[in-house]
Amino acid sequence: MSDRESHLELQEHDQTFLDSNELIINMGPQHPATHGVLRVILKLDGEKVLGTECVIGYLHRGVEKIGENRTYTMFNPYVDRMDYVAAVSNGLGYCEAVEKLMGLQAPPRANYIRVILTELNRLASHMLWLGTHALDIGAITPLFYTFRDREEILKIFEKYCGARLTTHAFRIGGCQYETYEGFERDVQKFLKFVAPKIDEYEELLTTNRIWVERTKGVGFITGEQCIALGVTGPVLRASGVKWDIRKAQPYAAYSEFDFEIPTGTAGDTYDRYLVRMKEMRQSLRIIDQAVGKIPEGPIMAKVPKVMKPPVGEIYHSIEAPKGELGYFLVSDGSTQPYRVRVRPPSFVNLQALDMMVRGALVADVVAVIGTLDIVLGEVDR
Amino acid sequence: MPDETKTPPPKPADNADKPGQSGSVEPVPPADKPAPPAVPPKAAAPAAPAKPAGPAPVAWESLMVDEFRRQYGSGIREASTYMGQNYMVVESAIVHEVLQIMRDRESFDYCVDVTAVHYPQREKQFDVVYVLYSFARNERVRIKAEFADGEKPLSVFDIWPTADWLEREAYDMFGIEFEGHPNLKRILLPEDWKGYPLRKDYGIIQQDSEWVKINLGIESGQ
Repeated sequence: MSDRESHLELQEHDQTFLDSNELIINMGPQHPATHGVLRVILKLDGEKVLGTECVIGYLHRGVEKIGENRTYTMFNPYVDRMDYVAAVSNGLGYCEAVEKLMGLQAPPRANYIRVILTELNRLASHMLWLGTHALDIGAITPLFYTFRDREEILKIFEKYCGARLTTHAFRIGGCQYETYEGFERDVQKFLKFVAPKIDEYEELLTTNRIWVERTKGVGFITGEQCIALGVTGPVLRASGVKWDIRKAQPYAAYSEFDFEIPTGTAGDTYDRYLVRMKEMRQSLRIIDQAVGKIPEGPIMAKVPKVMKPPVGEIYHSIEAPKGELGYFLVSDGSTQPYRVRVRPPSFVNLQALDMMVRGALVADVVAVIGTLDIVLGEVDR
Repeated sequence: MPDETKTPPPKPADNADKPGQSGSVEPVPPADKPAPPAVPPKAAAPAAPAKPAGPAPVAWESLMVDEFRRQYGSGIREASTYMGQNYMVVESAIVHEVLQIMRDRESFDYCVDVTAVHYPQREKQFDVVYVLYSFARNERVRIKAEFADGEKPLSVFDIWPTADWLEREAYDMFGIEFEGHPNLKRILLPEDWKGYPLRKDYGIIQQDSEWVKINLGIESGQ
């Protein structure tokens, strides 16, 4: 109704709607291509984007505040609810941060199990990204393929710990569960199953003309711009910066495995796609090395029943599927953290959206949001 | 920070020593979990504390710190290593300058995080923490400075554009106003929300009930 009124008003001024060249529209918060409740205010000149502003916080649950009011152990399941498509990574980062704060070391067997599950989760996260990203751009088939294959990963999670999505797979000091009977076999079977599937995705997309046209040269960002904006993960690597925390500052058992850091050169959406596809293959490589030689031994370190880390502060970060996921913990010597700060990759990476879409077309905004691979649960916490 | 309770007592009934939680403290259930079933070599009853007694920060010796000390003297209040992580505590007046030097001279080109910690019993209530990383040196450093409530730290947006949203979040959650920030407004909470949730005097179930009533049309969001 108000639209009609303003339209009339315009006519009164002897001007039509078509004459005005600047237009401000809302994309979201309920929009299928924003992957959750993200609202992007777009300033447009016809099809051209003049600027954007992100409005976030719709999913804010006060995770950091909750952390201050729970014991270290009780807060552990909450972190799974941030990046819920990569819950295992979230849990790993948190557990390792608390372990560091307490001066604990997870036993080697636990570290191997952690690496296997985290890499499986990276695959699951990248598959979900690929399916939805391709769907946004108009290719509907990859979604079915990736969800079909992601299911196999979730089945392994379910068999391991009973949960599929918010797994809470790890505990402070190691793992809660021993691997189930036939775990190695299942994982190896999955590796054999999924390797040709990744070829299949690539067959569908890599040389697909529509895909290439929609992604090449879209959402350009240089390495320097990435660093200035704090952008990490595949986005940074696709811009040519060879940096992966698994290599730069290895955690868990990553220093024991042989793998490469795939990088791109152009820093556009197509390169980011290629980098993530290569990363999936590297994850397979890591899992393949790990699953064959899981060491025997305990899966839990000697953890006191009541966790009271000594007074101090720690920052620990891991390479989550989306970038650097950091935890800054402050202990006052009590059973609860004095401060829990989560440094989420999605939140920081989303900042780059405005820079990446300025001057591009509206349709490219959808592609760029997809290629940034954000999860709103983590952006808003 | 209180420096008591180093040895874990068997009963986890004390969280009264947590500062600044008046009114919002919840009873703390035991933190232990049932032992996992069928795990062969699990320590049955970890009665003795497994951790080393009280690790303490040790002085952080490096050329970079020496250089800063020469330049700023007592402005660099502390440079220590704790659990293998380096940090510097600097005077609030020079923190922006130090950070600028960190990027320009010491090549800490990536600002990982800007956040804050609230200590209500202190005169200068806030610790503003900058987590920095250098790609060239593969090194992380934390820079900390204390600010009083209402004191305005200089924004580091001009050094690292990534500080834009990070500072907005610190403002949103703690009410720390960063001077020179181009667009300092709330980011996660609604813009007209009252109160700063991550301050210690803000209760865990506290909310801006007026906002909830007006905007959601309900008595309580809980």
